[in-house]
Amino acid sequence: MPFALLKHALRRPPAAEAYWPQPGELGQSYDVVIIGAGGHGLAAAYYLAREHGIKRVAVLDKGYLGGGNTGRNTTIIRANYLTPEGVAFYKESVELFRTLSAELDLNLMYSERGHLTLAHTDAAVRTARWRAEVNQHLGVDSSLVDPDEIARICPQLNLSRAVRYPILGALYHPPGAIARHDAVAWGYARAAARLGVELHPQTEVTGLVIERGRVSAVETSRGRIQAGKVLQAVAGSSSLVAGMAGLKLPIRTVPLQACVSQPLKPFLDTIIVSGSLHVYVSQSARGELVMGGSTDPYPLYATRSSLEFKEGLMGPMLELFPFLAEVKVLRQWAGMADMTPDFSPVMGLTPIENYFIDAGWGTWGFKATPVSGKRMAECVATGRQPALLEPFALERFERVELVGEKGAASVGH
Amino acid sequence: MSAQPNRLAAGGQVERGRPLAFTFNGRRYQGLAGDSLASALLANDVHLVGRSFKYHRPRGILSAGAEEPTGLVQLGEGGRTEPNLRTTQIELYDGLVATSQNCWPGVQLDLGALNNLASPLLPAGFYYKTFMWPPAFWQPVYERLIRRAAGLGRAPVLPDPDRYEHRHAHCDVLVVGGGPAGLMAGLAAARSGARVILADEQPALGGALLAEPAAHPGQAWRQEVLAELAGFEDTRLLPRTTAFAYYDHNYLCLVERVTDHLGPAAPPQLPRQRLWKVRARQVVLATGAIERPLAFAQNDRPGIMLAGAVRRYLHGYGVRPGRRAVVFTNNDSAYATALDLAEAGAEVTVVDLRPQAEGALPAAAAQAGIACRAGHGIVATEGGQRVKAVICARLSADGTRIEGARERIPADLVCVSGGWNPTIHLHSQSRGRPVYDPERGCFLPGLPVQAERSAGACAGEFGLAACLAAGAAAGAAAAEAAGFRASPPDWPAELASPAEAPARLLWQLPAAKPEARAKQFVDLQNDVTAADIRLALREGYASIEHVKRYTTTGMGTDQGKTSNVVALGIVAELTGQPIGELGVTTFRPPYTPVPFGAIVGRNCGPLFEPVRRTPMDAWHEAAGAVFEAVGQWRRPWYYPRPGESMATAVAREVTATRAAIGLLDASTLGKIDLQGPDTAEFLNRIYSNGWSKLEVGRCRYGLMLGEDGMVFDDGVTARLGEQHFLMSTTSGGAARVLAWLEEWLQTEWPELKVYCTSVTEQWATLSLSGPRTRELVALLAPEFDLDPQHFPHMSVREGTIDGVPARLFRISFTGELGYEIQVPARYGLALWARCMALGEPFGLTPFGTEAMHVLRAEKGYIIVGQETDGTTTPGDLGLDRLVGRKKPDFLGKRSLARADMGRADRKQLVGLLPRASEDLLEEGAQLVADPNQTPPMAMIGHVTSSYRSPSLGRSFALAMVQGGRARLGETLFVPMPDRMVAVTVTEPVFVDPEGERLHG
Repeated sequence: MPFALLKHALRRPPAAEAYWPQPGELGQSYDVVIIGAGGHGLAAAYYLAREHGIKRVAVLDKGYLGGGNTGRNTTIIRANYLTPEGVAFYKESVELFRTLSAELDLNLMYSERGHLTLAHTDAAVRTARWRAEVNQHLGVDSSLVDPDEIARICPQLNLSRAVRYPILGALYHPPGAIARHDAVAWGYARAAARLGVELHPQTEVTGLVIERGRVSAVETSRGRIQAGKVLQAVAGSSSLVAGMAGLKLPIRTVPLQACVSQPLKPFLDTIIVSGSLHVYVSQSARGELVMGGSTDPYPLYATRSSLEFKEGLMGPMLELFPFLAEVKVLRQWAGMADMTPDFSPVMGLTPIENYFIDAGWGTWGFKATPVSGKRMAECVATGRQPALLEPFALERFERVELVGEKGAASVGH
Repeated sequence: MSAQPNRLAAGGQVERGRPLAFTFNGRRYQGLAGDSLASALLANDVHLVGRSFKYHRPRGILSAGAEEPTGLVQLGEGGRTEPNLRTTQIELYDGLVATSQNCWPGVQLDLGALNNLASPLLPAGFYYKTFMWPPAFWQPVYERLIRRAAGLGRAPVLPDPDRYEHRHAHCDVLVVGGGPAGLMAGLAAARSGARVILADEQPALGGALLAEPAAHPGQAWRQEVLAELAGFEDTRLLPRTTAFAYYDHNYLCLVERVTDHLGPAAPPQLPRQRLWKVRARQVVLATGAIERPLAFAQNDRPGIMLAGAVRRYLHGYGVRPGRRAVVFTNNDSAYATALDLAEAGAEVTVVDLRPQAEGALPAAAAQAGIACRAGHGIVATEGGQRVKAVICARLSADGTRIEGARERIPADLVCVSGGWNPTIHLHSQSRGRPVYDPERGCFLPGLPVQAERSAGACAGEFGLAACLAAGAAAGAAAAEAAGFRASPPDWPAELASPAEAPARLLWQLPAAKPEARAKQFVDLQNDVTAADIRLALREGYASIEHVKRYTTTGMGTDQGKTSNVVALGIVAELTGQPIGELGVTTFRPPYTPVPFGAIVGRNCGPLFEPVRRTPMDAWHEAAGAVFEAVGQWRRPWYYPRPGESMATAVAREVTATRAAIGLLDASTLGKIDLQGPDTAEFLNRIYSNGWSKLEVGRCRYGLMLGEDGMVFDDGVTARLGEQHFLMSTTSGGAARVLAWLEEWLQTEWPELKVYCTSVTEQWATLSLSGPRTRELVALLAPEFDLDPQHFPHMSVREGTIDGVPARLFRISFTGELGYEIQVPARYGLALWARCMALGEPFGLTPFGTEAMHVLRAEKGYIIVGQETDGTTTPGDLGLDRLVGRKKPDFLGKRSLARADMGRADRKQLVGLLPRASEDLLEEGAQLVADPNQTPPMAMIGHVTSSYRSPSLGRSFALAMVQGGRARLGETLFVPMPDRMVAVTVTEPVFVDPEGERLHG
């Protein structure tokens, strides 16, 4: 058995073929130009080529593939949101993630670890119950659990009543998962490139040529290209790029910091979130504790780190896991979070006929990579807002039909 | 206990007379006071310390400092244990216990090493391509195995009893690094009168001088300088202190290891570690340089060390790590190691990549009779758990091929030097951009972004005299920049080091074996080889960030201090790009890992967050109240009498309030004092309703909206004077509202003269409700005229009660006749007690937050954050009358003006009555119109508040329902796990809809 297993495990000898070709010359024109080669942009390119047969696609990025928030997030995947619209959307994402390794032929280390959102107050218990109810009505595995049950799921948690904010209950979401974030971008990039999509890293978009309500060309640091349609997928720079298209987005951009501990032998199997204490943590396949907390308190375009963040994070960490005082922070970094008023993304059509937007990804972008890619590809290909994305349209702010997800944002930012 | 075979008879800064016992992997050894665990292990000829991350290959001690990638151990045993500690930085203490990590059953026989046999199958990124088939096996089988193999050390299990402290400090000049340049900089600054902090991560100051022999003239100079520095009142020397982060505005964080070196003998009054938060006018970085290894074949065996580190062991600790040494170098500096080893009685051969070795040191080595193979490289090594021999060969002129015969040289120690990397981490953290200097073959600090300058080896000056000169100049310049008159100090002329010939940079070295088996390690901890980097590039990972992420090079606990530049060099050679154009990956804090405990300091456990108590807290406590946390406040939840359940107690409190009088401690509600000529105008803009016409002495309930028109906070604000208002906010929202007010005042409306002051803590608030309240208040506050004609609902009067200044409000959150009394906080408890005494004949009953919730819900009053969720408009709550549509502007007006804001199908506040009067709905439960659906069900609303009402004698709820106000009288359904509850939609006001009680 072990040998057969090993044979299976290693069935495909590691090939040294390139994941994607070396970037070539920038073409004169493309059917679709995607700005941003993060997970979302690459996924959209892949689904455009695979599901809609649109292969004259160029994905541009000012940096390297997956170098923005795709490579800076804390890799949590879940569907236990608060609004029916949000739950339905993220549910499809979780379903796509589950088979994505096979589809992309790359092991994304997708790992269902179970997800506990701790409630330390009556109000938090109420929100947890609200989410559980909505989740269950939509067929998402999610329930309110009491401290005894929490102790069974994650015995490492400090469930003492004699702490500042005792844990009163939790929302338990067994399908909650983590994955290797870089691999998601690489997998989509490779699969898209194999279908003929062109990847152009180190190609910064500097302007958009708009005539009579249509985008006709994209100005880049490597020259101008004609574009049939343009999709922007630049989390962290959404307002800046949309500004080139003359669009004003209801977004404020704030830094979101994260850090990892040194690698430890795995002891924490569950993903733990505490909105009241402003902390979330999971243990990666390398053994590092991956930790995040609140966004920085004021808008800023800078990925610098701060001590305040670490202090604000480690205090709650030790409240939940008092035995970790001697464990060490290894690395701290930051990404940019495009926060919308309702804590939900903005996807789909814009007032510019052939310009599409995938933005407002705040702190919830990575977990939506497959579904946003798939549905945005549909949107770009058909020119119509897919039903699943209807609630997330930019014009919802005109209609004031907000999708209030603040209560289910990983941390009540 | 064994002798220490590698301890020299003399030399080193260790205390020969103080032997210390320690245990490593269950075996007892002896070291000396002053040893590091690494030097003590090497003294005992223990080179095998751990196993690598992926292949579990034997790993030894590479360095003598913070850069150590492989000599890592688990310190301590049982539940109290610390993982991944660098043996090179653990100071030995008596009774120290350490074990190897990442090996089972032990470091000598480690079954994980089977991975090594499979290593041709496990190159960079292998797991992305494998463990996929059959998919059903991924999580239950493969992932479990991978996860089991993850990590290095074990997390502790028991809480850490140690204490960590924080300390803030300001200084004129912070010098990081206590080597020759740092000492010189510190001296220059200190002599100028500047306040100086000089920090160094080592137990002793001296830096590179610690690796020089006792006879070196630098030692005497070092002692003199330290003595002089110790004499300055405003100079603080911090040994054992690592500057780990350089943040904005010259804010640096240092962690001082106060008692780590004492082990269990540490005095209990001292913290274990101290986090220094230093704000420095000027910073001098004198952080030195880290030696670079060479990526030759099988360069990972225990016994293969950095050449400079070997000198440190010789002269710092009196330890000679081996007897037969091969020194493998591309530069002159390693010849000093060769000379010193020979002097210490070792047999030494030098292998130099350069065709000729011409500098002063090579000449001295030749004179000393040390054999040198110039133009040669090591192309393989032999040995299992310790290096046994090296195979060296002459290389072709371009260094890419082996030419000529291979020679086997037996060796138990290999000293490697690939040149030196300036330690530019803090410069990079300060947002400086390092630049590559092709001449010196290393990255140097770029232009300073903050008030910072680099001096000495960290700026590429590797000679002693040059370091001293640079340190002297930098220290004087920093002091001058901080406002002092300074001049560079002199130093003795004999402090110089021999001139060195240029190094030869060969990033990739030829190997005796084919690539797959050559194992030229770049990252020794994560098992990344040159072949892995080549593979990553072949697979298209052209960006250096991709190479790092794909191969995991530089991502271990050492963060690539010895491997990053080697990896860059290999990528540069393979892609033909100049190394300087590849860019370095950003150095991020911390420089070396920092314990969670040090970051948290004292702010944990009982001191995690302060508990805010109202002035009446002691009374509640004595009355047996059960408390609930509301933000940081603790508030009485209910006051159970003996034998009462929560439900009975709450019902009693509600009934007493409706029938007689109830008393609530409302001191936690946020209170913001607003003064200034433009305050009314400011409130007009901040609140949705109008404020300019509010008369002095009157109060108004206000809704605060975000710019999106959604309800953000609410509360009653009173006009105490023409230019003086007192705003109340929700208990949890006080800080947020104050910040909101200040943001608008400071950033958008600076022309408004308004001053906001939080006075929440300054006033105690007693909230009285119930039909007999006026009678009680008349007794309590006889100075006030309570005649409803003169003092109607929503009014405020100022006066005194028992000679104490008091504010009396006629307001209500229960729907009953209500008065709120505010007195200065220190009188709150006394007034409360007097109120209770006077109220006894009336049946005065204290009530907690739960009864308050029931009372307000019966009346249909909302709680922001419970009925609202950030997407709720005033109209949704039926509070359209609170929107001053005629006002020129207010926050949220533009959003509210949209036609869609008034759409009839928005979620609106309604009441619900369960069909069965005893059925209590769950808050958060969802409402559906059609009970016969299966998931996904169409939800049209949710329950926001749900209680048993003593007043109604039944359960009731508030809910937000789509088009709710048009559904009054309709039946909706709440699916519960075990049943379907039918509810009737009603008006949200259940008690006294006409408001007769309120205005009575």
